[in-house]
Amino acid sequence: MKPLLITRARLVDPSQDYDGPASLLIEDGRIAAVEKSASKMAAPEGAETLNARENLVIPGLVDMRVHLGEPGSEYRETIASASAAAASGGVTSFVMMPDTSPVIDEVSLVDYVRRAARDNAKVHVYPCAAVTRGFEGRELTEFGLLKEAGAVMLSEGKHSIRSALTLRRALTYARDFGLLIAKETQDRDLASNGVMNEGLTASHLGLAGIPREAEIIALERDLRIAQLARGRYLAAKISTSDAADAIARYKQAGADVSAGVSINHLSLNENDIGRYRTFFRLSPPLRAEEDRQAMIAALRDGIIDVIVSSHDPQDVDTKRHPFAEAADGAIGLETLLAAALRLHHNGEVPMMRLIDALSTKPARLLGLEAGSLKAGQPADLALVDCDAPWIYGEEAIRSLSKNTPFEGARFSGRVLQTLVGGRTIFTHSA
Amino acid sequence: MSAKKSERMPEIPGYAFPHRHLLGIADLSPHDIEFLLERADDAVSVSRAVEKKKVALRGRTQINLFFEASTRTQSSFELAGKRLGADVMNMSVGSSSVKKGETLIDTAMTLNAMQPDLLVVRHHSAGAVELLAQKVGCSVINAGDGAHEHPTQALLDALTMRRHLGGIARRTVAICGDILHSRVARSNIILLNALGARVRVIAPSTLLPAGIGDLGVEVFNRMEDGLPGCDVVMMLRLQRERMEGALIPSVREYFRYFGLDREKLKLANKGALVMHPGPMNRGVEIASDVADGPQSVIQEQVEMGVALRMAVIETLIETADRLDQRRKDAKPGKGAKA
Repeated sequence: MKPLLITRARLVDPSQDYDGPASLLIEDGRIAAVEKSASKMAAPEGAETLNARENLVIPGLVDMRVHLGEPGSEYRETIASASAAAASGGVTSFVMMPDTSPVIDEVSLVDYVRRAARDNAKVHVYPCAAVTRGFEGRELTEFGLLKEAGAVMLSEGKHSIRSALTLRRALTYARDFGLLIAKETQDRDLASNGVMNEGLTASHLGLAGIPREAEIIALERDLRIAQLARGRYLAAKISTSDAADAIARYKQAGADVSAGVSINHLSLNENDIGRYRTFFRLSPPLRAEEDRQAMIAALRDGIIDVIVSSHDPQDVDTKRHPFAEAADGAIGLETLLAAALRLHHNGEVPMMRLIDALSTKPARLLGLEAGSLKAGQPADLALVDCDAPWIYGEEAIRSLSKNTPFEGARFSGRVLQTLVGGRTIFTHSA
Repeated sequence: MSAKKSERMPEIPGYAFPHRHLLGIADLSPHDIEFLLERADDAVSVSRAVEKKKVALRGRTQINLFFEASTRTQSSFELAGKRLGADVMNMSVGSSSVKKGETLIDTAMTLNAMQPDLLVVRHHSAGAVELLAQKVGCSVINAGDGAHEHPTQALLDALTMRRHLGGIARRTVAICGDILHSRVARSNIILLNALGARVRVIAPSTLLPAGIGDLGVEVFNRMEDGLPGCDVVMMLRLQRERMEGALIPSVREYFRYFGLDREKLKLANKGALVMHPGPMNRGVEIASDVADGPQSVIQEQVEMGVALRMAVIETLIETADRLDQRRKDAKPGKGAKA
């Protein structure tokens, strides 16, 4: 591979706390040198040049929460189709949740995912392994061996861990291996048969509600146990102001806890459900506008560490139903960055914090060599026109499933080119 | 092979073993421990002689009361008592009235009425042996109470170490595995600290009791971190029935990270002793070739067990006789034992 020199870029790299003009030289798949000024870097012999034309160059996004259909429901999403969707959205690494059929709870399955990703994916696909065998909440999986096989994180996916004792043991045992446990926080009993946020809108629609307390109670329990076990805990996607307050409190107390938020809960609220639009049926449910505002504030202040797409492909067989009978979930890999840039354009979250939450911080939580464009790091990056207007139409969707809550959405800012290991894996054709 | 005299504690003039019972290492002073080890060292020769029987305890009665099944410990105590000349009776749960609903105290009172000289008791609940000792008139040896103490095991481990290493002070001992459920670990930690050893525990965090670091041990979660510099590697039995899936995910993973195999053993000091209180799970906490290898003293631990228990039994009965005599002398007129 020839060396590649990217000139006239606006580099935004939270790992270097730098936002400014730069040139980057890429050799052998890695960043060989970074010139942090407008002055041109001399191109080495035989190097290709890419003129960034003052567009953004950011470390490729690292998405900590992506559900796939492979293995088991390949018609919804394969590793290959998700990887193409990711590449077009500037996502160069993602963590694949274990909610597949079979559940990723065995060394051999982690190995399978790694091989399938190596052969079929353009971006880095990292397996997340289940915490308990078959999500049954009883027997721990082989954390050490799973990590050696390539699992980067542990999670019960969309399932909770009901037993406080099991959670304590899992967090304690995972600590010895430095593994992070990401967990959804919804009390199943309290959420009961609810399908959207509890409140006036739900009452108007005649739909059963999920109270905010379902999240807060489950999260408070988890945080206490995480503190007791001194384990590494990530609240995978929170949706309420009280949840953010709780996270802040435990961080203050020195617990090794972190929090994520889905792009949907930063962008949408319960009113977007409109007339029973099932693509807006999510878990946790879209909340009221005040909670969305609170999520943005918590993200800006660093209480919420990471933004995830929570990409969850669902097909007509699960979504074309009455609202109360449809499945939860929305796709999001392609729109993650564009939707996040809205927060920058609105002046709600600074660019540096946004890229940190989308790339640098998740890489750091997972211990991945990613999320940074320092010299020596892998050349996983996205070239982004921060202001380009575009409309996300159904025909453009790359995922095999089309359940996006952003269909027809107007965005400012799109990915022009995505590189993984210095190789271009996506180019926007104007 | 016997320990060098220079390593031994100087004898204290007028010292006499002060305890009627042996309930835990925590009750013993370093001198008490040294005294028992010295005596056990001498008892080894009895076991190795052709004629193994002494007459010191002729006419005395020892009852082994085991509320928890045991083959090794019970037979070791039985043999020790018999070699001292005592009459030994074994009572185990299966054949006793405990199954019919009798309480621990009632069982103790019943046995006490039979006038034994010594009770050797194992019970699944921590503190049960001490409770029983308060209710009987004879000496009591704790042969293991729950996850609390197993003093004779720690003493026989110390005896084995001392005979090989010359002494215990300043030696580094790693206790590895299921510390959480282990009475052997607790007794050993106390004893080794009392004799000035450096004690480490190596286990996954799920198998460590809370606050273990405050018991005078260094805590490690990886064998690779904890083994270098060790003179003794003591493996504990993984109580599989209690924990598969819950505290550790699988035997396969446990052996991979915490099982003692040849590679891991190389990390310890050259010639480090390999110990195990038994019964072993080969391929779980210890590889077969290590268990049977040249550094293993596991069989010797069993031999030392009998000698050490002889020393303990003899000492306790002598002490009880002495204390009873003193009481009798102090209160003339009151009758002695019937």
